[in-house]
Amino acid sequence: MERNETRPTGATHTISLLVENKPGVLHRISGLFSRRGYNIASLTVGPTERPEYSRMTIVVRLSSKPVEQVVRQVQKLVPVVEVRELAPQDLVERELLLAKIRTPEKNHAELRALAETYEASIVDVSPDSLVIEASGTAGKLDALEERLAAYGIQELCRSGRIALERGFKTLAPPNLK
Amino acid sequence: MAKEKMTGAQALVRCLEAEGVEYVFGIPGGAILPVYDALFDSKKIKHVLVRHEQVGAHAAEGFAHATGKVGVCFGTSGPGATNLVTGIADAYLDSVPMVAITGNVSSALIGTDAFQEADITGITMPITKHNWLVTDVEDLPRIVKEAFYIARTGRPGPVLVDIPKDIQNAEFEFEYPDSVNIPGYHPPVREEPRLKDAAALLRSASRPVVYLGGGVRTSDAYDEVKAFCEFLNAPVVTTVHGKGALPETHPLSLAMFGMHGARFANYTVQNSDLIVALGARFDDRVTGKLSTFAPEAKIIHLDVDPAEISKLVTATVPLVGDLKALLPQLTQEARKVFDQFGRPDISAWKARVAEWKEKHPLRFKQEGQKQILPQWAVVKLWEKTQGKAIVTTGVGEHQMFAAQFWQTSYPRQFITSGGLGTMGFCLPAAIGAQLGRPGELVIGIDGDGSFQMTLQDLATAVDLKLPIKIFILNNLFLGMVRQWQELFYDNRFSETPLSDLPDLVKLAEAYGCLGLRARTPEELDGVLDKALAHNDGPVIVDIRVRRQEKVFPMVPAGAPLNDMIDAPENEKR
Repeated sequence: MERNETRPTGATHTISLLVENKPGVLHRISGLFSRRGYNIASLTVGPTERPEYSRMTIVVRLSSKPVEQVVRQVQKLVPVVEVRELAPQDLVERELLLAKIRTPEKNHAELRALAETYEASIVDVSPDSLVIEASGTAGKLDALEERLAAYGIQELCRSGRIALERGFKTLAPPNLK
Repeated sequence: MAKEKMTGAQALVRCLEAEGVEYVFGIPGGAILPVYDALFDSKKIKHVLVRHEQVGAHAAEGFAHATGKVGVCFGTSGPGATNLVTGIADAYLDSVPMVAITGNVSSALIGTDAFQEADITGITMPITKHNWLVTDVEDLPRIVKEAFYIARTGRPGPVLVDIPKDIQNAEFEFEYPDSVNIPGYHPPVREEPRLKDAAALLRSASRPVVYLGGGVRTSDAYDEVKAFCEFLNAPVVTTVHGKGALPETHPLSLAMFGMHGARFANYTVQNSDLIVALGARFDDRVTGKLSTFAPEAKIIHLDVDPAEISKLVTATVPLVGDLKALLPQLTQEARKVFDQFGRPDISAWKARVAEWKEKHPLRFKQEGQKQILPQWAVVKLWEKTQGKAIVTTGVGEHQMFAAQFWQTSYPRQFITSGGLGTMGFCLPAAIGAQLGRPGELVIGIDGDGSFQMTLQDLATAVDLKLPIKIFILNNLFLGMVRQWQELFYDNRFSETPLSDLPDLVKLAEAYGCLGLRARTPEELDGVLDKALAHNDGPVIVDIRVRRQEKVFPMVPAGAPLNDMIDAPENEKR
């Protein structure tokens, strides 16, 4: 989404949500973002330590609206149990990258070395292509992506950010702990 | 409560009875047949058979607005459900508590593009507080309980429960829950209300104004608001939904401000140094151009919905909570500060406001006119009833004439479609309001274009022998659009003239109710008297008004609030 020529402007914010694990919840949340004009840079959703709840991490790009406004609107959705912006200095964030590089076998050793530098691994090899897996912050993956581009990226897939707050704090409200 | 074996449809009826539902507005259809069959046996619920589901939804709104109770409407799957959509959207924007129940095709058919299938939960997601597709009959009682709870609490609004036909037929052991537990609803308020900061602002302001919205009605905070306004002794303006939040005859009241507010009301807001917004949301129709709105004003914003705080206008001091509970605390806190440091002197400000009021009244001049002016018709009607009526309106010029000239004294006395601006709202809302408040005079002030959008439901009003009186300010135009065309589109009246159809008197007679017409100022008195004296069913009054009359003053869309235009002839009046 962000790779277009017309790159959207504005600061990004990481918003973390605890939502009821029920049909249609993703629709309710993504619908709210689109109708109120909040630009989603990435959205991930998956199970949590409790099967009745899912956790979403939404990276939103805002140019004019304050992030509090987004949080308050999201909070109004009934299946949203808790929502908070995670402050950049207070979060551990990760993203997963898979990249298929089309390159002759003679380059594979070089790519292996590059992968090692980025703590990435080669997860599939064929004579003229390989698949690299890497995880880390968005910044690190951007850098890796740039290096890989020199070899010719045939396909790229990034998961979008997941994040947790550092320290003992959790998102679940007291009545759920 | 002991468990009892029954079908989902029977359980739904029992749930509604348990919620104290008195009226349901709707139309049966294939996918909701089991519910209607169960309803046939209910001795507590009266079903109002409307002729179009949109009317059912608006009538439920009218009922809810007039009574404060939750309005309930039914529709079948597909078109029945989609016909409800306008009413649901209307209730959403005006914070009207409503539960809409729709039948849907059987679970096995959902997602197959079956006959009369529509994804109504998907369609109404952005216009409901919440909605449910019932997938297991065991969930039905809990969902209905939650639906009513969510509709009426916090900032009220519409919800929708979609029940597939097989769920309506499924048998189970029914038990209605006593309480709700929705972890994602009613989030804890994290901040203590900053009452001291608000009181300090009230003390330091020299040009304060109180701005009342529909929240006064939904919070039932009439007494608390009156006490606060009188304590502060500051000028008070309202939105169209704030009409009657403080009696418009009260010396502090400047009535409605905004696009068609009086000059003195807009000037007061624009020149204030403190706006106390109570249950209002700074809609574009009241603020005018946002960047130039009340440039020197600090804002105290009290609202039950935290998402309204600083959505459009940044609040200096936000107060999140229920008006009825929170406002007396603010009054008390301010009283303490005023006692300690003395009352702020706002006499110069009040003198300025009084001067504006004197110099720029709302005006029209019937004298010397051969035709009835719509403003005059509203004033005459008010004089004849002394304002002791519940007014419903459609949307358009007539609505703004009514808002300007019908002085309202209590909340729930002026029922209109404010947020969505839905033409056709008047008649359905009058039906709902009259059912909700049977002993009271219910008057509709409608336009010819607006009336024709829902007129088929005269049949419903006649069926129920409702003594509603609909006064149609008939200018044979889609008047408000025509007004914009005259002012902003160089008199190019594209598709706004309406033919003189139907004959409203004959139409009334065709439906078996009284039809009256006034063509001249001389005729109006007698016609109004006759209409008001008629209590045997509805009356339709065709009031032929001056066709070119426009609503003034007016803030053009996107212009600053004090940049108002007026008709040259108004200046002379």
